Amino acid sequence: MGSGRRWAVSFSDNSTSPSCRDIRDPPGFTRASVDQDDSTASRQKKDAESNWKAQKAWEVAQAPFKNLLMMGFMMWMAGNTVHLFSIGITFSALWQPVSALQGVGKVFEPYKDSKVELLGPKLLFIALNLGGLALGVWKLNTLGLLPTHASDWVSSLPPAQEVEYSGGGIPL
Amino acid sequence: MAITYPIFLFLIFSSLVPILSLYEDQVGLTDWHQQYIGKVKQAVFHTHKTGRKRVVVSTELNVIATLDLRRGEIFWRHVLGSNDAVDGMDIALGKYVITLSSEGRVLRAWNLPDGQMVWESSLHGPKHSKSLLLMTNLIIERNNVVVIFSNGRLHAVSCVDGEVLWNKDFEAESLEVQQVIQPAGSNFVYIVGFAASSQFEMYQINARNGELLKHENAAFSGGFSGQVSLVSSETLVALDSTGLILLVISFHEGKISIQHTPISNLVEDAPGPAVIIPSSTMGLFAIRMNAVTIFIRVRGKGMLEVAEKVNRETTIGNALSISEGQQVFALVQHAGRDIRLTVKLAHDWDDDLLKESIKMDQQRGLVHKVFLNNYVRTDRSHGFRALIVMEDHSLLLLQQGTIVWSREDGLASIIDVTTSELPVERAGVSVAKFELNLFEWLKGHMLKLKGTLMLASPEDIAAIQYMRLQSSEKSKMTRDHNGFRKLIIVLTRAGKLFALHTGDGRIVWSRLLQSLCKSEACQHPIGLYLCPWQVPHHHALNENPFVLVVGRCFQSPDALGVLSFVDSYTGKELSSSNLDHSIARVIPLPFTDSTEQRLHLLIDADKKAHFYPKTPEAIGIVRREFSNIYWYSVEDDNGIIKGYALKSKCNSNVADKFCFDASELWSIVLPSESEKIIATVTRKLNEAVHTQAKLIAADQDVMYKYISRNLLFVATVAPKASCEIGSITPEESWLVIYLIDTVTGRVLHRMTHHGSQGPVEAVFSENWVVYHYFNLRAHRYEMSVIEIYDQSRADNKDVWKLVVGKHNLTSPISSYSRSEVVTKSQSYFFTHSLKAIDVTSTAKGITSKQLLIGTIGDQVLALDKRFLDPRRSANPTQVEREEGIIPLTDSLPIIPQSYITHNLRVEGLQGIITVPAKLESTTLVFAYGLDLFFTHFAPTRTYDSLTEEFSYALLLITIVALVAAIFVTWVLSRRKELQDRWR
Repeated sequence: MGSGRRWAVSFSDNSTSPSCRDIRDPPGFTRASVDQDDSTASRQKKDAESNWKAQKAWEVAQAPFKNLLMMGFMMWMAGNTVHLFSIGITFSALWQPVSALQGVGKVFEPYKDSKVELLGPKLLFIALNLGGLALGVWKLNTLGLLPTHASDWVSSLPPAQEVEYSGGGIPL
Repeated sequence: MAITYPIFLFLIFSSLVPILSLYEDQVGLTDWHQQYIGKVKQAVFHTHKTGRKRVVVSTELNVIATLDLRRGEIFWRHVLGSNDAVDGMDIALGKYVITLSSEGRVLRAWNLPDGQMVWESSLHGPKHSKSLLLMTNLIIERNNVVVIFSNGRLHAVSCVDGEVLWNKDFEAESLEVQQVIQPAGSNFVYIVGFAASSQFEMYQINARNGELLKHENAAFSGGFSGQVSLVSSETLVALDSTGLILLVISFHEGKISIQHTPISNLVEDAPGPAVIIPSSTMGLFAIRMNAVTIFIRVRGKGMLEVAEKVNRETTIGNALSISEGQQVFALVQHAGRDIRLTVKLAHDWDDDLLKESIKMDQQRGLVHKVFLNNYVRTDRSHGFRALIVMEDHSLLLLQQGTIVWSREDGLASIIDVTTSELPVERAGVSVAKFELNLFEWLKGHMLKLKGTLMLASPEDIAAIQYMRLQSSEKSKMTRDHNGFRKLIIVLTRAGKLFALHTGDGRIVWSRLLQSLCKSEACQHPIGLYLCPWQVPHHHALNENPFVLVVGRCFQSPDALGVLSFVDSYTGKELSSSNLDHSIARVIPLPFTDSTEQRLHLLIDADKKAHFYPKTPEAIGIVRREFSNIYWYSVEDDNGIIKGYALKSKCNSNVADKFCFDASELWSIVLPSESEKIIATVTRKLNEAVHTQAKLIAADQDVMYKYISRNLLFVATVAPKASCEIGSITPEESWLVIYLIDTVTGRVLHRMTHHGSQGPVEAVFSENWVVYHYFNLRAHRYEMSVIEIYDQSRADNKDVWKLVVGKHNLTSPISSYSRSEVVTKSQSYFFTHSLKAIDVTSTAKGITSKQLLIGTIGDQVLALDKRFLDPRRSANPTQVEREEGIIPLTDSLPIIPQSYITHNLRVEGLQGIITVPAKLESTTLVFAYGLDLFFTHFAPTRTYDSLTEEFSYALLLITIVALVAAIFVTWVLSRRKELQDRWR
């Protein structure tokens, strides 16, 4: 190997630290200009951003609606008989809203802002997903996979015991 | 957790329309078939020609068969109808078997080599009489003649084509014919017999044209009794009506002379009246007095002298001419464990041609019949072989002091069947001799693998097939996981108990029951009933199970009963008892004591109830359940059904605390002028029912089955219609069916089928009955189904109550609660008439059911219960179709593949027994009659196990290969990764 360090680059930004102030700024670079229009421009920008975030949040909140329509169409296509396709559709229709509801916080994370009111979009999102879930459950029921009938509860009941016992017949 | 019903449907659908047929190479894997002929009545040997030596036999079960003399196998066999008993049989021209049957009305000739019928003649006569068949050596117009006396008429029939050459009536005379004799070399026959019981009649008839040559008679004031013994072609011996005087009747050249000799003159201490043992040995006859057999020689001119007195059990065989003027006969005597076969010359008592002692299995009982046959040895001396029929109906061939072969023909007449489990496999129980060594196991699996991969040569395929058929797994003497290995215990008419292994049908043990053998107390015992007595479960697993054999002393309802307890592992008779009461009914109760002995209620002819076992514990159980034990009687001759309850201890003079009097609770009297009971059927005691609910998919509804063990199905017909089909018009014929609760006597359902008649065969299972009858209007057989539902439970439909368990569906019910029932029924045409019907039974009752129908062709047909579903309609909706409801058709289909006996026949089919295996999908089916057939049957295919063809070796090899592949790729990938890192 080599006998020692030939050169090195330090990527640490020393520009703001006072110890490096002895190095002059390059020509045309004014350090002050960055700090100057903090008050006006950044406020404008922030407003736009929060507006955009709110708008986006509403869009995200409405997204399950399309999904819902899509799912409804798929379910209609799948028919009411129990087979692999319809069961798959139904379970995905159940799973999607559930997983979406689990990740409500994550979905709205990028739009989190002190100024943005996320409660509305969240509620809408949750409602739509619940709607999807209801659709899934409804489909499950139409497929007959929900134990909502008496028949589902008595099918495994053993016959009742009899108190009396009687035997006999034609003489041997 | 409830299986939700559509998933269940889904599962059913994936296995819809089960194919029940099997492949050619599956025959004999799980099924076995055994052929029997029954107790031999007459045997004729055919050994003169070179070629296959055979014996022609006729049996008491109306079978004519020829058996291979070397091995005892059946060459051919014909089963005649139940009213077509064989009266006589002989071989004509060395190629025809001539049989006279049906009380002398039908004469048939069968081709000896292959059993084809050559001709059949029907012989009619004016009145009923004894039927005799005599093969003459007479030839008329190149036709050999056989002379038959039957129904009061003498016929001469040509052996070649069965044409009646002449006949002569003996109508006017009240002749009781005894013998038809043709003296050697003559062309006339003697007809001898008794008339008006005190007159001896002799007719001499020209055998060429039936002309009466001579008619003589002689009166004897003492009268005649019993049978006669022929001692020469013109002399016979009879007994007078008291049985004390021997009469030697000679009719030489038409002159009748009767000489009487009191038996006391011959034997000093004559114990009482004698009987003649019919024979036709020249110059010798035998009489029997009590247990003593006396041989008496006839010296010319009617001089009698005692040749020998034998105290032992002796059986005398037929006379056999071995050369001109020389006759021999066989004697078989019992001596301890051996039997002694003696062949003697008829004219020389003191000289024995043959004397052999043969070790005989004690379980075969006494010798009943002996048929002797001779052969000429290379040194021109005479050798003898004897066919003997034993008390247990088995048939044995004795030759040169050994038993050449034996046939267990007692199994042809089975009275009752039950099953028993085999012992549990334990460390102590060695089954090593059945196991294969590792090498053979591997070899077998390699062969199987080859077969799977289609690499096997024809020899390999044959080896595989042989291996499958001889699988040691199926014939082990221990219990298996699937419950396929069991013992089938059968009681035969001879009073012998056999245990057959379900794996290969071999006889594990057999026992001639002492209690069903003739004894002083019990003269003609008969077996009636067989049931499991003690079936050890859980805690008593190390004990042997027992079966109970019920019999009675003679064929009468008030004969005293006999009980016998037999160990089903070893066949040892633990105990037997002659009861002091009769047995009219045996009712197994649903209670067992601490040693798992099942309580039985025996009802005697006086309607007294006797409890068994007679232990204090049993009486404790009875006291506890006293008010819940009922029974009923069906008196089919006067059309009364009565129900009884236990009342009080018997007030007979003998203090017996196990005996109870009965009080009559109810009775149903059917009008005898319009209804006659022809069939009753109940549910099987041990039937498992999985669920009480019947689900209706169409409206997600539920119906509750009316499941009760106390239901009786009764079928009655118009008294006129109880005879054969075709003897009555539809207008005066009807079939009425009843469903009766046997505790309360309540008639749950009654239905009339107008224009229908019996015979009715029915099967009752869960909440349905299927019955089979004849519809006179449609001229076809019909099958109907009735399903019973409990309406009073129908309002248990609130889901929430069911979810939290607030329902009374599982609480015990009483017949006195008088629940409302509804019935549904439907009828269908069915092509076959049937002999037996049963239903598959599985361990838990989950598997859907199939009916097993014993057809008139002696086969067993499986018919899906779904074809007999009252909810069938012409156009079922989509949902109903999904549920498995088949569109309604007017007749039930017969699918050729669903014959579970495939190409075999169970001749003389009597009954079908189904026993659940431990594997829920499978039931064991045993069909019996003359033949026995056993198979495994899966009503909806074996959904719960891998098929027998499944190659474990292939699976193992695949797994090993996969593991190896994983390991190799892992190593390779590691190496590649390392190389990548070094790069």
